[in-house]
Amino acid sequence: MARFELSDDSVVVVIGSGAGGGTLANELCQKGIKVVLLEAGKRHEIRDFVNNEWDSFFQLAWLDKRTTSGSWRIARDFPNLPAWTCKTVGGTTVHWAGASLRFQPHEFKAKSVYGDIPGANLLDWPIDYDELAPFYDRAEDKLGVTRTHDIPGLPGNNNFKVFYNGAIRVGYGKVHTGRMAINSRPRHDRPSCQQIGFCFQGCKAGAKWSTLYTEIPAAEATGRLDLRTEATALRIEHNAAGKVTGVLYADAEGRQHFQKARLVCVACNAIETPRLLLNSASSQFPDGLANSSGQVGRNYMRHTTGSVYAAFDQPVHMYRGTTMAGIVMDEAGHRPERGFAGGYELETLSLGLPFLAAFLDPGAWGRAFTRKLEFYDHMAGMWIVGEDMPQETNAVTLHPTEKDPFGLPIPNVHFDDHPNDIAMREHAYRAGRRIYEAAGAREVYEVPPYPSTHNLGTCRMSDKPRDGVVNRFGQTHDIANLFISDGSQFTTGAAENPTLTIVALAIRQAETIAGMMSRGEI
Amino acid sequence: MPKYILDRRRFLRRTGEVVLVVTAAGRVIFTDPGRSFAIAMEVLDEHGARTLLAMTRALYPHPSIGDEYYAVVVEALDAEAKADAAVANLLKDGVARLDAAKGVPFVALSPGTQEEVLASLEGDPFFQKVRGASVFHFYNNKLLWRHFGYEGSSFEYGGYLRRGFQDLGWLPDPPPEVSPEPYFG
Repeated sequence: MARFELSDDSVVVVIGSGAGGGTLANELCQKGIKVVLLEAGKRHEIRDFVNNEWDSFFQLAWLDKRTTSGSWRIARDFPNLPAWTCKTVGGTTVHWAGASLRFQPHEFKAKSVYGDIPGANLLDWPIDYDELAPFYDRAEDKLGVTRTHDIPGLPGNNNFKVFYNGAIRVGYGKVHTGRMAINSRPRHDRPSCQQIGFCFQGCKAGAKWSTLYTEIPAAEATGRLDLRTEATALRIEHNAAGKVTGVLYADAEGRQHFQKARLVCVACNAIETPRLLLNSASSQFPDGLANSSGQVGRNYMRHTTGSVYAAFDQPVHMYRGTTMAGIVMDEAGHRPERGFAGGYELETLSLGLPFLAAFLDPGAWGRAFTRKLEFYDHMAGMWIVGEDMPQETNAVTLHPTEKDPFGLPIPNVHFDDHPNDIAMREHAYRAGRRIYEAAGAREVYEVPPYPSTHNLGTCRMSDKPRDGVVNRFGQTHDIANLFISDGSQFTTGAAENPTLTIVALAIRQAETIAGMMSRGEI
Repeated sequence: MPKYILDRRRFLRRTGEVVLVVTAAGRVIFTDPGRSFAIAMEVLDEHGARTLLAMTRALYPHPSIGDEYYAVVVEALDAEAKADAAVANLLKDGVARLDAAKGVPFVALSPGTQEEVLASLEGDPFFQKVRGASVFHFYNNKLLWRHFGYEGSSFEYGGYLRRGFQDLGWLPDPPPEVSPEPYFG
């Protein structure tokens, strides 16, 4: 592994080693570019993962204190846990379920297609589907997405069997075991799925794609990656010319270092990314870096989610096998006659008993609740993931008084559902209920959203500097050598799980950066 | 004294009630008549421990599960109280309020009245502390998982690839184009 000097101002500093940062770092290294990759978490390898929900949560999750506000139920049930993301090498690719769906073409043009929706800060992406399609193709090959590149689908588990039968009986047709970045056959040095059932806790087989054991070792093998773990980025510095000069970070012992950089790419997930820009405010940029639009931290999206679980007369054992084992795609399109704009996917999901007790009905107690849990092994589960409306007031902001151990303001995450989000969720709850009732459910449970796993939109992409933070390549409008490389870039959220799009954008961004560097533009 | 003294086979067979014993040294322990297990309190007194045990069971009642599993929650609360005086005070005051609610010790109330008293405290920091600890420690007990039909860690057994991940027999199997055959290597 490479070691670059703190004073080496020829390196690219990438902050965050997840889907965006980990992929970008590798792609840059493959092109001969030196990269310092700062990761706040430790390097937990596959052997360290544990098949235990809470133990794994405390091993991998981002647990730094955050606060919440707004009318979302998370603010009441999990006031200091707005998001369920990871602080570890590999970021949230260690935890993700593996669903790898392309956006639908119309979803890049949400404002044009959906029209004016009161209260929604909709915008078209500056890019369209065709522009991203070749990068989607490369991302699918990189991740080994099933049902692409002649890779067979995964076998469905018991949870899928219930889901499939119900879905077919109510008339859905686009139902299968999904497009998953989980090997159904050995491929690219990764083995095939062993149906372990702990996808969220880090795949012990290494069958699921994670930057931890794909992109990062590949980048290290080039001799051009300097990965620094337990390195917490505190501040991005700039010069009088308005160019960023490097990143101030703290190491595991709390010692602060300044790494010089030719350019800086921020991929800290959509809560920490805007927080870092806001915490880097200076006399020249009093509202935070790259924030002339005032949009840094705004338009926070988390997908319209929720879950439907159901108890059956006979056993299901939903926890056996892949956590996200199948999908219904029939509701993903934009059909405003349903009473809302955009669409949603239904994807099977299971939780172990410890997490189901915490999330089935947060805060609930008493016999009515415990009776549900007594049917644990007779339950099936699915997750709703749909497009939510960007709203300017849904925002990541700096807490006015609370500070982290480095003296920096912690983030507050404010979220209110848009009426469109509510209408979609209600529709999806009804759809999920119909599916399970058709499969013979004795009881159906509508479960509120978990802490957010899909955090998006807080540095959104627009061709116009006045209404977006980054341009079509993720380069900030205000500072030419500062890039955003994670889901913060998303102009709108679409109905699909975001990782594949984050990876496709990162591959594309690496080409842009390499071209700009070779032409001396940055 | 070891933290747990238990005979696993007897432990799993029991569904009885725990008893509280104050040892000669003045220490409060949960045990059972056969002394097959024991959990010692460091901070909570006998009445406090007994009341929190009753509260934990009233919050997450499972009639077929013995008190010793709920005692694990009380042990965890006791440990928190030892580490943090604010928690110790919160629990002490909370127990007093549970008792004051009806003018009869909480442990002497009927299950229905216990539920009513707890409902009146919902949202209160004491209630939230005990509820949070209960939902975490009670359902995170591996010895209970089998009772609920949850099998826990699977990778050491090779996952479920050959152990029933698609053994559900009461619905038709999906066709191979939507759910291809498993790959066994």
